[in-house]
Amino acid sequence: MTKEKKHEVLLDIQNLHIEGYSDEHWVEIVHGVDLKLHRGEVMGLIGESGAGKSTIGLAAMGFTRDGTRISEGSVDFDGMELTTTPKADLRSLRGARIAYVAQSAAASFNPAHRLIDQHTEAPVQYRIKKRLESQEDAMELYNRLRLPHPHEIGFRYPHQVSGGQLQRAMTAMAMSCRPDLIIFDEPTTALDVTTQIEVLSAIRDIVDEFNTAAIYITHDLAVVAQMADVIKVLLKGNEVEQADTRTMLENPKEEYTKSLWAVRDFKSAQKKRPANTLPLYSVENIDAAYGTVKVLEDVSFDIFAGMTVAVVGESGSGKSTTARCITGLLPPTSGHILFKGEEMPPRFQDRTKDQLRQAQMIYQMADTALNPKVKIKEIIGRPAQFYGGLRGAELKTRVDELLDLIELDPANYYNRYPTELSGGQKQRIGIARALAAEPTFIICDEITSALDQLVAEGILRLLDKLQDELDLAYMFITHDLATVRSIADEVVVMQNGKVIEQGPKDVMFTPPHHEYTDLLLSSVPEMDPDWLTTLLEERGVDDN
Amino acid sequence: MNYFIIGFYALLIGGSSLAAFYQKRTAFLLLFSVTLVSFVMGIVGGESALWAVTILAGIIAFSAGVSYSFREFLAIILPKESAKIMRTAPLTAAFGLFIIFTYAITGIFAPIIAPYGESEIISQAFEPANDEMLLGADQLGRDMFSRIVYGARNTVGLALIATFLAFFIGAIGGLLAASKGGKFDQVMSRIVDVVMSIPSLIFALLLLSIFGTNVVTLIIVMAIIYAPRVFRLARSVAGNIVVMDYIEAARLRGEGTWYIIRKEVLPNATAPLIAEFGLEFCFVFLLVAGLSFLGLGIQPPTADWGSMVRENATLISFGEITPLIPAGAIALLTVAVNFVVDWMLYRSSGLKE
Repeated sequence: MTKEKKHEVLLDIQNLHIEGYSDEHWVEIVHGVDLKLHRGEVMGLIGESGAGKSTIGLAAMGFTRDGTRISEGSVDFDGMELTTTPKADLRSLRGARIAYVAQSAAASFNPAHRLIDQHTEAPVQYRIKKRLESQEDAMELYNRLRLPHPHEIGFRYPHQVSGGQLQRAMTAMAMSCRPDLIIFDEPTTALDVTTQIEVLSAIRDIVDEFNTAAIYITHDLAVVAQMADVIKVLLKGNEVEQADTRTMLENPKEEYTKSLWAVRDFKSAQKKRPANTLPLYSVENIDAAYGTVKVLEDVSFDIFAGMTVAVVGESGSGKSTTARCITGLLPPTSGHILFKGEEMPPRFQDRTKDQLRQAQMIYQMADTALNPKVKIKEIIGRPAQFYGGLRGAELKTRVDELLDLIELDPANYYNRYPTELSGGQKQRIGIARALAAEPTFIICDEITSALDQLVAEGILRLLDKLQDELDLAYMFITHDLATVRSIADEVVVMQNGKVIEQGPKDVMFTPPHHEYTDLLLSSVPEMDPDWLTTLLEERGVDDN
Repeated sequence: MNYFIIGFYALLIGGSSLAAFYQKRTAFLLLFSVTLVSFVMGIVGGESALWAVTILAGIIAFSAGVSYSFREFLAIILPKESAKIMRTAPLTAAFGLFIIFTYAITGIFAPIIAPYGESEIISQAFEPANDEMLLGADQLGRDMFSRIVYGARNTVGLALIATFLAFFIGAIGGLLAASKGGKFDQVMSRIVDVVMSIPSLIFALLLLSIFGTNVVTLIIVMAIIYAPRVFRLARSVAGNIVVMDYIEAARLRGEGTWYIIRKEVLPNATAPLIAEFGLEFCFVFLLVAGLSFLGLGIQPPTADWGSMVRENATLISFGEITPLIPAGAIALLTVAVNFVVDWMLYRSSGLKE
């Protein structure tokens, strides 16, 4: 990768202020950010959610979302002032000279049209290419992005290709007019690690090849380290610092940046299985199916009291289905679930109140896991009332206790609704609801994947603390191996509904691995900017 | 050319020029299109057409003014949170609320407001309006105004009770069907399909001619006809809610169906259900009026807007507007309720807090 292409400034944003409309008045959400991008340069924008990354990215196209406006500053794109350009002119700029790749390709493609028809739409519309020319170009791009069957894949509909392929097709589409600037808004956040690699390398090559400038928005530092020449860190609509990728990684100046970098350091001490005790929960040779589709095959593992078992695998590997079998939501077609050596009824409707109380769940999306129309005190109070029969003052003390336990101020949160809380706070409420039942076992289903790294780390630390205090067992479902490293005691690797490998964490993370475990492990991005290049060389992927 | 016409055009043209000068796009378009329309109307209809335009504009401006003040009034007297909602309400919604408020007052205080009883014969048939009778007399010599006032109580009250009953049956059925699912859902839904496949007016006529027309049967028949629509709505709204994780959490906790419906589903389904309530109320109301017009609704001598239209229908051929007054009362309430419902639908769909 040669970085000597910084000839002229392509995009020059100066003193950008953006306001959002809420509660009947305009609130400033971006407070004067400058951004300078040269031709062929890739800039990484990182920050937590609410830092204004996407808002700034969109403003680089002269676009603001509904209910937001640019109140001050200038956006100069190749000599054009985008803040004052009429809408019609902006429209002809977008797609042709500036393109946008959204986070969810599945939601951004029109499901009713074939990929290639959506691909050719912009070039034909702007009279840059004829339809047939553009189709040939699309196939060429698909080939370069290493999509399988580049000559046929374009004639499929969006639902007929996988998520990673769709994200690459979207990048190809953004390239269709050979734009000067592409804005990538978290293009790999929704993908599995193994798929992420393919998309990342494809994006990097193609951007490099056409000397396209790009703004790469993400909250994942390791990803941005692979992609960007320059990194800009944002916090609450302000710039924290900006530097060359290598300088930034090796020598961050600001406190905030350092804290971001340090997130992945958290590790809890690994516990060993207690001798001569029955496991708390045992999953024995479980098969399960949705209708006639078999999703689990001969899954068995044990969970001991006070220990954390991490279940890892790509989406579709049957991690969550296993959890559904344990809770009784999906009765297995064969096999047993044992609780302290006793068999439990497969259907949750047949279990006793006490059996239900023992196992609690925390969900991935705190938004859908908490009823938006119910107050915090009731959300947390209900299990205590339901299982423990607490009433009145007793119940209030218990709720206060639980709020204290999850490190939220009872007086402040007691009477609020979930919609008034941030993502991390909501997840904490989810934890409190599980704790309120006084369980021995908690299933955590991807609970940190929707959270920012700093917040996620806070949640992990909290769970670790609670485990020590309350002797809880966790089943931690995740596809993020960094999380596994920090919290797990034992690891179960799943693929296509089968357990591939299982064992204590230290054993699992030291070679030799099973082939698939190896693939998973090596696919986790590292902070080293050369990681992707090295990895691809090792795997022998043709890099041209 | 008299002063009125000169003043009329001068005002409109002056107004549109000012709007254009200050770049008020909508105001300009509005004023100037009025100017053009009245230009044509002036040529065709002469001075009286221009008066009509003026009066119409006056009425619209007046209702806008009333709605505006009513909205401000509500915003001041209501507690803080609802006041905030009121302030963002469009004028049409405020207008709707004002009309509903007026009808409610009229209905509740009917005996005090009406100068005569609803079946009291006080003059000759079809007596024109005079000092004692604001709107003249009907076909039996009863005071039209008093009957309209009592009609507000009878017609609206009946429609309201019927809608409540329909909602009670439909909403509970729909929520149960969505939460229980499986066979129960299938059976309920198919029953509902059967009821919905029969045209409502014919079904009502059939049932009423079998069971006779009294108020109780009328209410039950209305409820049976309209409950299926509520059922379908409640079921589909709840269907989206019962798949949420918090419902799963409640089920895994071991909660009963009734608790889940009451505490977890219902609070999230109220907004669309209330909006639907407004809409259904209009339909029930119109069906009651329609049945009364056909003679199967509320029976004489009880005052009812639908039958009042029918009883005085002959007057229309003499150029009298009397039968149009109860019809107008029905129309106004329907429009008002729909304004409010539109606003609620907008709030429940677009602006989730």
